[in-house]
Amino acid sequence: MKIESRLAQIGSQHDPATGAINFPIYQATAFRHPQLGESTGFDYSRTQSPTRKILEEAVAELEGGDRAFACSSGMAALQTVFSLFSQGDHLLVSLDLYGGTYRLIEQVLSRFGITASYVDTNDLEELERHRTSATKAVLIETPTNPLMMITDLEKVCTWAKKHGLLAIVDNTLLTPYFQRPIEWGADIVIHSATKYLGGHNDVLAGLIIAKGEELAERLFFLHNSIGAVLAPHDCYLLMRGMKTLALRMERHQQNAIKIAEYLKTHPMVEQVYYPYFPSHPGHDVHHKQSSGNTGIFSFRMKSAETIPHILKHIRLIAFAESLGGVESLMTFPSVQTHADIPEEIRRRIGVDDRLLRLSVGIEHVDDLIADLEQAFARAQKEVGGVFA
Amino acid sequence: MSDHHENDFHKHGHQPDSYHFETRTIHFGGEIDPHTGAASVPLYMASTFHHFSLDEPPRYDYSRSGNPTRYELERYIAQLEGGVRGFAFSSGMAAITSAFMLLSAGDHVIVTEDVYGGTYRLLTTILNRMNIETTFVDMTDLERVKAAQKPNTKAVFIETPSNPTLKITDIRATADWARENGLISIVDNTFMTPYHQRPLELGADIVLHSATKFLGGHSDLLAGLAVTRDERLGEELYKLQNGMGNMLGVYDSWLLMRGMKTLGARMAHAERGARRLAEWLAQHPKVEKVYYPGLAGHPGKDVHERQASGYGAIVSFDTGCGERTKKLLARVRIPIVAVSLGAVESILSYPAMMSHASMPPEVRRERGITDGLVRYSVGMEHIEDIITDLDQALADL
Ligand SMILES: Cc1ncc(COP(=O)(O)O)c(C=O)c1O
Ligand SMILES: Cc1ncc(COP(=O)(O)O)c(C=O)c1O
Repeated sequence: MKIESRLAQIGSQHDPATGAINFPIYQATAFRHPQLGESTGFDYSRTQSPTRKILEEAVAELEGGDRAFACSSGMAALQTVFSLFSQGDHLLVSLDLYGGTYRLIEQVLSRFGITASYVDTNDLEELERHRTSATKAVLIETPTNPLMMITDLEKVCTWAKKHGLLAIVDNTLLTPYFQRPIEWGADIVIHSATKYLGGHNDVLAGLIIAKGEELAERLFFLHNSIGAVLAPHDCYLLMRGMKTLALRMERHQQNAIKIAEYLKTHPMVEQVYYPYFPSHPGHDVHHKQSSGNTGIFSFRMKSAETIPHILKHIRLIAFAESLGGVESLMTFPSVQTHADIPEEIRRRIGVDDRLLRLSVGIEHVDDLIADLEQAFARAQKEVGGVFA
Repeated sequence: MSDHHENDFHKHGHQPDSYHFETRTIHFGGEIDPHTGAASVPLYMASTFHHFSLDEPPRYDYSRSGNPTRYELERYIAQLEGGVRGFAFSSGMAAITSAFMLLSAGDHVIVTEDVYGGTYRLLTTILNRMNIETTFVDMTDLERVKAAQKPNTKAVFIETPSNPTLKITDIRATADWARENGLISIVDNTFMTPYHQRPLELGADIVLHSATKFLGGHSDLLAGLAVTRDERLGEELYKLQNGMGNMLGVYDSWLLMRGMKTLGARMAHAERGARRLAEWLAQHPKVEKVYYPGLAGHPGKDVHERQASGYGAIVSFDTGCGERTKKLLARVRIPIVAVSLGAVESILSYPAMMSHASMPPEVRRERGITDGLVRYSVGMEHIEDIITDLDQALADL
C-alpha cells in the first residue's frame, strides 16, 4: 500500500469488538490478569497500553523499523535513547544541533560522564578525526535546524556501521513521508512528533523507531524503566494528526517553496537557506535521499535592526517557538530555540542576530506573502534605511 | 498572555494555608478559570504560545517548558505537600528518574531496602552505568542508614511505608541526619499521599509520587509528581524536567486534578476500610500474618503515628502457602487481580509473581515476600462486601 493510504488508515479497523473506525482511547493503567501467570498482553500501561501499541506499530511500519516507542516529548525520546550509553561513552553530533539536544548533552549527560563532539556530520574526515575508542554513536539531523545543512545518510551510516557506531537520525523535519533514514542504514530514528507528525501545535510527543530486535529490546527496557511514555489521549491525537500527514506535507512544501522564492529576491533579505534551491550545497544529496522538502527554512536579513520590527508587525504568522504545525510560525533562533548554544558555536554555524526561521503553515500562500510584505515594509519604514 | 495566574490567586481571596486539607483539595487557587469563570481549569492543548513582542517575553512559550493547565496541577501539589515548587511528570518513574538525575557520576545514594521494584531496577541497571552508586539498607533502623554513609554520599531515598511489607522509616530523624550531613533527603510518598503524611513538613527536601495511584485514584492515568522544599532544588529539577522532556501531558494533567479533588474523601473511606480489613484478617484462622501499620504489634506503629495521620489503604497478608494463595486469587470476586494500587476499585496483587518477580527467591523470602503473600489495595466498595468476598475465598482453603 502507498504511504498515503497507510497514513489515512492508522488505527482503523483494529477494534473487532465494535467495528469502531477509530481505535478507542484506553485510559486504563492496570489490566486484569485472566488467571495467575496469564496476561492479556497488557499488565501496566507504563509498560504497554493498547492505544499506544497501535500508534507504535504504525510508526515502526512507516519508518521501516522493527519497533517504535512513543514518548512524552521529542526530548524524552532523545533522553531515552541516550540512556543506552554509559559513563565514559562519547558521541558525535551535528554542529547545528537542535538547541534542546545540545542542552541535554551539555547540562545533563556531561554530569554522567557522557561527552560529545560537535562536527559537520557530512564530513567523513572530520568525523574520523573526532572518533575515539570511546565513541559509540553518531547523531544526525538532516536537514539541520535552522541552517538546513544536509548530511548524506547512506555515506555516514555506512561509515558508522564500519566502525561499530550506532547511527541515530532525528527525522523531525522531514517525517517518513519524505525521508526514511532506516532505508539508508540508520539504526535509530527519532522524532519530535510535536512537529509535523502531530501537525497541529496541540500535543507534545516524541517517537523512537529502532531497527534490529536486540536494540529494540534494550530501548523497550529503558522506555518502561525511565517512564517518559506518551499518554493514551495524546497517542490518539497524534494518530489523528498523522492521518493527514501526506496532505499537509505536500501543502507545507508548496507554500514554503513559493515563500522562499519570494524572499530570495526581496531587497531586505541577504540569503535564504533551503535545500530546494539548486544553489544550496546539499541540494543533490538531499534530493537523492528524500522525496521532498520540509516546510521550514531560514533566511538572513541584511540588517539586524529590522528584526524586532518584523516580529512585531507580522499578523497572520505568529511569533512563536516550534514548527511543523498547520499555522505559520516565525522564530528568532538566536534568542529562542538556540539561546543555550554558546555564542561562539552559534556564530561559527551562522545562527546570528540576523537569522529568522519560518515554519510555513497550510494557510493560503498569498495571504502569507502579503503578511510578510506588509511587515517588511513597516519594519523598513520604522528603521528608516534602505537595504538594497 | 500576561502573568495573571500568579495574581489571581490573591484576587480570588483564597488563603489556602488557613484551610483544612479537604478544603484545600477543592479550593487550591487554580480551580476557576480567570477568563470565563469556568469551574474547572481549561485544557490548553497548545504546544506553543505566541510572543506578542520581543520585549515582552510571554509567561508561557513552549509547553515542554510550561503549560497553563500543567502549571495549575504543579502549583496544586506543591501547596498540598507544603512545598515551594511542584512538577508533573509522565509517570512515577519519570519523576523518580529526574530526582536521581540531580546527582552526578561518582555520587552515592542510600535507598530503602524494599523500595518499589521499578526504582530498584532504575538504580541497578541504568543509573549504575552512569556511575551512581547505591546502597540498599533496612531503614527501620537509623543506625544502619548512618553506617551506610560514605564520603561520596549525596542523598537518602526513603519509601515509608514500604511495599509490600509496610515497614516504617522515621522521616524526621532520617531527614535531620541527612541535613546535618549535607545530604538531600527524598521521600516517595505514594502510599500515604499528602492527606496522611507530608514529608516536607517533617524536614525532607523532595517528595515524590506515583500519582498513577491514590492521587489520580481511578486507574485511568499514568503520572508522577514531585515537590521541592526550596527554590534551588526546584530550579534544578525544573531544568531536568524541561531538558529531558518527561513532563505530563495536558489532558492527563487535567484528569489528575479532577482525581485529586476527591482525594480526602477517597483516602478517608479507604483507610477506614483497611483498618477494619486488617483487624478482620488478623483474626482469621487461614491467615498467618498481616502487615498493616495500624495493627497492634506492628514494629513501626509508633513512628508511623508520629509522622502520619492515618495508616493508609494497603494491607498485605500471608496465608503461609503459595498454593492456598493461588486458590484465593482465583476465587475473589470483588478486587481485580492486577498490578497497581490506590484506585476506586480494589486491587489484589501477588508480589511474588508480579511486582517482585524479578527478585531472586532467596532475597524475596528474606524480605517476607513469600509465595503466600498478597497485597490488598482497598477501594471505594463497601468494606463489608470486601470482607464477605474474602471470607468466601478463604473458606476451606
Ligand atoms: C529537530 C528537533 N528534535 C527534537 C526536538 C525536541 O522535541 P520536543 O520539543 O517535542 O521535546 C525538536 C523541537 O523542539 C526539534 O526541532
Ligand atoms: C511506591 C511507588 N513508587 C513509584 C512507582 C512508579 O510509578 P509509575 O508506575 O507511575 O511510574 C510505583 C508504582 O508502581 C510505586 O508503587
